[in-house]
Amino acid sequence: MKIVVCVKQVPDTKGGVKFKPDGTLDRAAMLTIMNPDDKSGLEAALRLKDQYGAEVTVLTMGLPKADAVLREAMAMGADRGILVTDRVLGGADTWATSSTLAAAIKNLDYDLIITGRQAIDGDTAQVGPQISEHLDIPVISYAADIKIDGDYVIVRRQYDDRYHVLKVKMPCLITALQELNEPRYMTPGGIFDAFDKETTVWGRADLKELADENMGLAGSPTQIAKASDKVRKGAGEKVTPDSPQEGVEYIINKLSEKHVI
Amino acid sequence: MDFQLDAKHQMAVDLFKDFAEKEVKPKAIEVDETEVFPRDTVEKMQKYGFMGIAVPKEYGGQGCDPLTYVTCVEELSKVCGTTGVIVSAHSSLCCDPILQFGTEEQKQKYLVPLAKGEKLGAFALTEPGAGTDAQGAQTKAVLDGDEWVLNGSKCFITNGKEADVYIVIAVTQVDIDPKGRKKKKFSAFIVEKDTPGFTFGTKENKMGIRGSSTYELIFQDCRIPKDNLLGAEGKGFPIAMHTLDGGRIGIAAQALGIAEGALERTIEYTKERKQFGRSIAQQQNTQFQLANMATQVEAAKLLVYKAAMAKATQKDYGFEAAQAKLFAAETAMEVTTKCVQLFGGYGYIREYEVERMMRDAKITEIYEGTSEVQRMVISGALLR
Repeated sequence: MKIVVCVKQVPDTKGGVKFKPDGTLDRAAMLTIMNPDDKSGLEAALRLKDQYGAEVTVLTMGLPKADAVLREAMAMGADRGILVTDRVLGGADTWATSSTLAAAIKNLDYDLIITGRQAIDGDTAQVGPQISEHLDIPVISYAADIKIDGDYVIVRRQYDDRYHVLKVKMPCLITALQELNEPRYMTPGGIFDAFDKETTVWGRADLKELADENMGLAGSPTQIAKASDKVRKGAGEKVTPDSPQEGVEYIINKLSEKHVI
Repeated sequence: MDFQLDAKHQMAVDLFKDFAEKEVKPKAIEVDETEVFPRDTVEKMQKYGFMGIAVPKEYGGQGCDPLTYVTCVEELSKVCGTTGVIVSAHSSLCCDPILQFGTEEQKQKYLVPLAKGEKLGAFALTEPGAGTDAQGAQTKAVLDGDEWVLNGSKCFITNGKEADVYIVIAVTQVDIDPKGRKKKKFSAFIVEKDTPGFTFGTKENKMGIRGSSTYELIFQDCRIPKDNLLGAEGKGFPIAMHTLDGGRIGIAAQALGIAEGALERTIEYTKERKQFGRSIAQQQNTQFQLANMATQVEAAKLLVYKAAMAKATQKDYGFEAAQAKLFAAETAMEVTTKCVQLFGGYGYIREYEVERMMRDAKITEIYEGTSEVQRMVISGALLR
């Protein structure tokens, strides 16, 4: 079985968010991590590899420094890493990103594609399902459990209040939830091996199936008008009324003061 | 000369830091309070290859280098000195001598499971009457047919009751020199747990590193196979000394980690703690103390990493190991003591953890060669 896992290098929110003067994220200046949902997707692939045997290829699109998430994935047990990077691919929205990743996947043999549900920087949850559309294969989102049965995957799709169990013929695409599993740690030897291996780097020229109008900033229907850091709220006011009645009166007075009511 | 870790070593540091924060730190107070060996944590470290970092892959290890191993002990010790020494004693004092001096059969039989994390190791040199003066050791081994028969006892053994494989140093010959003085010859042995005649004595109730299972080992007509002699007969003393050269780098890394852990917490605390209307970090005394400590810690780090690189590239690294251990241990003691002082009353309270770090730091000036022994090693090399 051949599994392709799509991962994204995202800002580590613990390190603080930094912006360029034009309002877009200054990715080069921020600490980065592997997107948590993607890491769970990778863990799911590695568990399938442990259980059934599989070749796991990790694919990412990003700046050259996104090579680090491929090394991390290989140190956890992935077999190979592919970085899609090119200046002309920069500024991509979800459409351009999914078009680009799908074009890269068309260069590969695969039975199963796993992506994270969504990335913690954009929170769109669009790229995984869009890739499946570009490849014309089924998608099962919000996977909380994955099993293999011959040519089929059996996936528990999680909702807030219920779940569906779906049996789908491969090839197909699954989007993984962080709750799917607890990703394994790397091993020290795995890290050393990952740095001994070569990663594959593909540029625009390697993506034959990608049309110019579907890539990069120019190929992105969505343009970000403005991004900003969260505005910090004031400390607020703490009051301890003696009775519920007094509390209600206090709130009503405040709301009237602010002309809310 | 480049003082930055390369990407590979940095990723390993990130791994150890992540593991230490998630798996080790939450248990550190309990391990200290209850003196319970952190078996769950050790099993996780075994699973992820932390117990065979510098052992070659052909012997079940991770195939990394001493620098990677040192950063592991350092990161673990930042949050828990006990966990740091468990890895250090196992790796430096048990895996390493088997790798250096063992036969191919011994490596396959003992090193492979130790490095894979299926077994835990320990090292037994110290005796009640023989600490710094290792020549005072009394434990004897006598060859009887195809077996060595061990009699005597060892004390203060780290990983004592929890280990599966022990390196034991014992007297195998007593020569009389031309002046009529007795000169003991030692040999090193590999002893398995549950060998008849091998039992455990007192568990030590310690000031620090309280979860590390420090026990007395007792040998009463303990018979082990002849093949369990490690290295040549009569070469036990140089084997023990060479092993301790490596061990000192591990303990230096533990000391470094303890100092760094205490300093990190203290920096955070001084920013939050307000006295006289401003944070104590805004007081110049605090600023100067932090500056001094950070500089000492950095110097210790450079010595420790240098010693690790010396172990990777040089046949003899005893001098570098002694300097690293001396400076890192004394730094750990000084820094943790000052950190407790900057915490004030809260520093004396267990919940704030710097007092544990101060208690843990003290042992690094004592075991695997006291600071005085390190000064003897260093000055001995200078005046040779």
